[in-house]
Amino acid sequence: MVEEKIIKEIKFGILSPDEIRKMSVTAIVTSELYDEDGRPVPGGLMDPRLGAIAPGQVCMTCGNDAKTCPGHFGHIELARPVIHVGFAKYIHDILRATCRRCGRVLLPEAELKRYLRLLDRLEERWPLLAKLLVTVVKKKASKVTECPHCGERQYKIIFDKPYTFYEDRPEGRIQLTPLEIRTRLERIPNDDVRLLGLDPQSARPEWMVLTVLPVPPVHVRPSIVLETGIHAEDDLTHKLADIVRTNERLRELLDSGAPQTLIDEHWALLQYHVATYIDNELPRIPVARHRGGRPLKGIAQRLKGKEGRFRGNLSGKRVDYSARTVISPDPNISINEVGVPVEIAKILTVRVPVTPWNIEEMRHYVLNGPDKWPGANYVIRSDGRKIDLRYADRKRIAEMLEPGWFVERHLRDGDIVLFNRQPSLHRMSIMAHVVKVLPGKTFRLNLLVCPPYNADFDGDEMNLHVPRTEEAQAEARELMLVQYHILSPRYGGPIIGGLQDYISGAYLLTSKATLLSIEDVVDLLSAAGYRGEIPEPAILSPKKRWTGKQLVSLFLPKEFNFRGKARVSAGIFACENEWCWNDSFITIKKGELLIGVLDKKAVGAEQPENMMHWLIKEYGTHYARYVYDHMFKMFIRFIEKRGFTMTIDDVALPPEAKEKIREVLKEAEKKVYELIEIYKQGKLEPVPGRTLEESLELRILDVLSEARKKVEDITVNYLDPFNNVFIMARTGARGNELNITQMAALLGQQSVRGERIHRGYLGRFLPHFKPGDLGPAARGFVYSSFYDGLSPVEVFFHAAGGREGLVDTAVRTSQSGYMQRRLINALQDLRVEYDGTVRTPYGELVQFVYGEDGVDPMKSAHGKAVNIDREIERVIGWRV
Amino acid sequence: MAKQKKKFNILEHELVPRHEIVPPDEAIRILRELNIRPEQLPWLRVTDPVAREIGAKPGDIVRIYRKSPTAGEIVVYRYVVGY
Repeated sequence: MVEEKIIKEIKFGILSPDEIRKMSVTAIVTSELYDEDGRPVPGGLMDPRLGAIAPGQVCMTCGNDAKTCPGHFGHIELARPVIHVGFAKYIHDILRATCRRCGRVLLPEAELKRYLRLLDRLEERWPLLAKLLVTVVKKKASKVTECPHCGERQYKIIFDKPYTFYEDRPEGRIQLTPLEIRTRLERIPNDDVRLLGLDPQSARPEWMVLTVLPVPPVHVRPSIVLETGIHAEDDLTHKLADIVRTNERLRELLDSGAPQTLIDEHWALLQYHVATYIDNELPRIPVARHRGGRPLKGIAQRLKGKEGRFRGNLSGKRVDYSARTVISPDPNISINEVGVPVEIAKILTVRVPVTPWNIEEMRHYVLNGPDKWPGANYVIRSDGRKIDLRYADRKRIAEMLEPGWFVERHLRDGDIVLFNRQPSLHRMSIMAHVVKVLPGKTFRLNLLVCPPYNADFDGDEMNLHVPRTEEAQAEARELMLVQYHILSPRYGGPIIGGLQDYISGAYLLTSKATLLSIEDVVDLLSAAGYRGEIPEPAILSPKKRWTGKQLVSLFLPKEFNFRGKARVSAGIFACENEWCWNDSFITIKKGELLIGVLDKKAVGAEQPENMMHWLIKEYGTHYARYVYDHMFKMFIRFIEKRGFTMTIDDVALPPEAKEKIREVLKEAEKKVYELIEIYKQGKLEPVPGRTLEESLELRILDVLSEARKKVEDITVNYLDPFNNVFIMARTGARGNELNITQMAALLGQQSVRGERIHRGYLGRFLPHFKPGDLGPAARGFVYSSFYDGLSPVEVFFHAAGGREGLVDTAVRTSQSGYMQRRLINALQDLRVEYDGTVRTPYGELVQFVYGEDGVDPMKSAHGKAVNIDREIERVIGWRV
Repeated sequence: MAKQKKKFNILEHELVPRHEIVPPDEAIRILRELNIRPEQLPWLRVTDPVAREIGAKPGDIVRIYRKSPTAGEIVVYRYVVGY
């Protein structure tokens, strides 16, 4: 075991030139990488002393081979110092706060002493306050114009991002060279450095100006040998070569006493190269590019952002034992299962120890080998040697197999795996499923688990991970299995539930009109996998007939009581209690569905406080799984037998309805033109806080939306409430009354940014209208329905409105994603302790009682600790 | 206390929950119950308008009775710090 250590603190400092030289194994003096023979040049950027990378090569510095050599730094002696861009901001702060001649902080001696004593005390107990003190000192000192120590007049320092400094002297604005800046920083005494917030031991201010540049080992910037045999060097190597080249040129110029302007030019170039080596996304600086025009990656670019070292490689890693493919539905497997293609099952493996009890089975797997499922890919002997079964004599190894060995066997039915769909927004985005190996190339999942993953089958892909240790497998099975996540901690209700055809099917099966013969009953119950007696038929004569409600009751617990409105209870079918002629009030007494139909409210997903919710809460997740796996299968079996589709006639309106709609629209149009007339006369009453034009628009929108509402009522009244389209809308399976109106009667007002569509040509949207036409048709009111067909202009209006919706969703997801990221980063380490308080890992209190009431929303009744009404109903519900 | 001219007393505002300074012996009992050091409590600045109004000093522990949508009323504590 490795000794356990606790990190007390992490301290960052700046490398001093001495340190850089000390850790360097060689100075880099030439920009050449290889000689004619292709061997690295000593003193070049690929110097072998920087570390061994080729296999078999022995490191000239440490004597290790490529695998164990950690790499060694080199260094470049810069001919002239340059600013380190990362520190430019702090250099500016320090220069402003210190004297240009004596280097002291620009505050009187007494004050400095006092602050230093204060700083000592604060650093011990309140490091946060110490930081605050430093900012105060800096602020105060940078306002002083005459040094209190030497009397020198101070000039304003201008910082020209990203690395140029000027001084406003009486004779004009003068540029400060890095050399000057460095000498100024050198003069600051250690005590004053402390007052500026730095620790002089590990970060002297002059170290922010580079005189020596560390050269990272070759491991950090490996060169890639292409198939053609040409070396492609890393971006950093290229950049370092640039630096060495300009540096050597600058040195030559200095030695030969070249004119000052030429020297300055090369000095600026060196500064540019060093700056872009560190960060190649500096503002107001041209980006350093490859020969091909691709921007080079600086050190900062390697670390930054989503694909950077931190977020891309340290916080997130790629993993083995995982698979990804397209998902497709399979209503015949359990909600707890996932269908895994055989091809994937032959690659993903589980390591099982060989025991006397499974040795025969393991032998069988070994004999099958890697290509035949169920087989095994590897065998691990008790001495830890791994045998690849692709190349081994499998018969011999199967013979040799003995307890103590391990077999890496194929994934098989009954294994536990984690299943995930991005974006992983909540914990139900990763759930454990039981493997079911199936033919085909897609992952199969039960339709009922689509809502928690927010999955559909229009090409969605999902990931699968195999837990390796028995602990992980046990945890997955006991905590992450789908059935333990039927109730969502988000709102304390079931997140798993029926969708679309399940809901239509449940409605049709339980509706009063459905009478089933013995053949139907047997078929439905066997599809559901029901084991038990068939009940007495509801109708004995002239023929034996069962109701759908009887079949549903077979799956309900014998003491279950429930009363509640169905979703179809609306409009003319509304019911408030069980005296309901419309069959829209569910009443279950002693496990018998007496009246009411099952629809979205009863069996749908994300419907808290419904029948399914109480069933799950009161009878447990195991029973819930049974209901989802069996009763729900009956619903789709029924809709399959009955047949369910929609036809164009479902949204065809009779001529008298069309006439009525026309009248309503004509009236609305008249009203709109009246409003426009009033507006043109200037007599329109403005809405408070709006201009006259805006008021007119608002009034018109009001009139038109009112007209649309009326049309919707007419449409709904004239359509047959028992046609298939209407059934879907009423039960909540798919669509709503607005959608039906749009199909049957009219599309209505199209809008962009909540306004009628008006931008486009001057004074009109399209040249088909007169300029300044404010009428409904000219501003995006679509009179046609999808049934009638749209005119070309109407199509264009519709497209404009539709596009806005698409843009909105795209923008919303990216924004809410970033918001969520920040929230998670802030909250991820909080936890509820055993005393019910919410604390940080340091024991700081965040909440005195979790959620102020200590309730776990997942185990609550829709957020409340108890629902008294439900409890009463549960116990005495059958009596009332 | 150097009271400036104020238009109203903030303690009477309906959005300001009831604050009170906890006597030291009780404060010790609370800290022991929660098994924490005082600075691990959430902080309240002395410059906070309510802290100023009730005359809390750095080191004090303030008890706040707040209305809560989930629990009706909830009692929370704040540690008064001086900046």
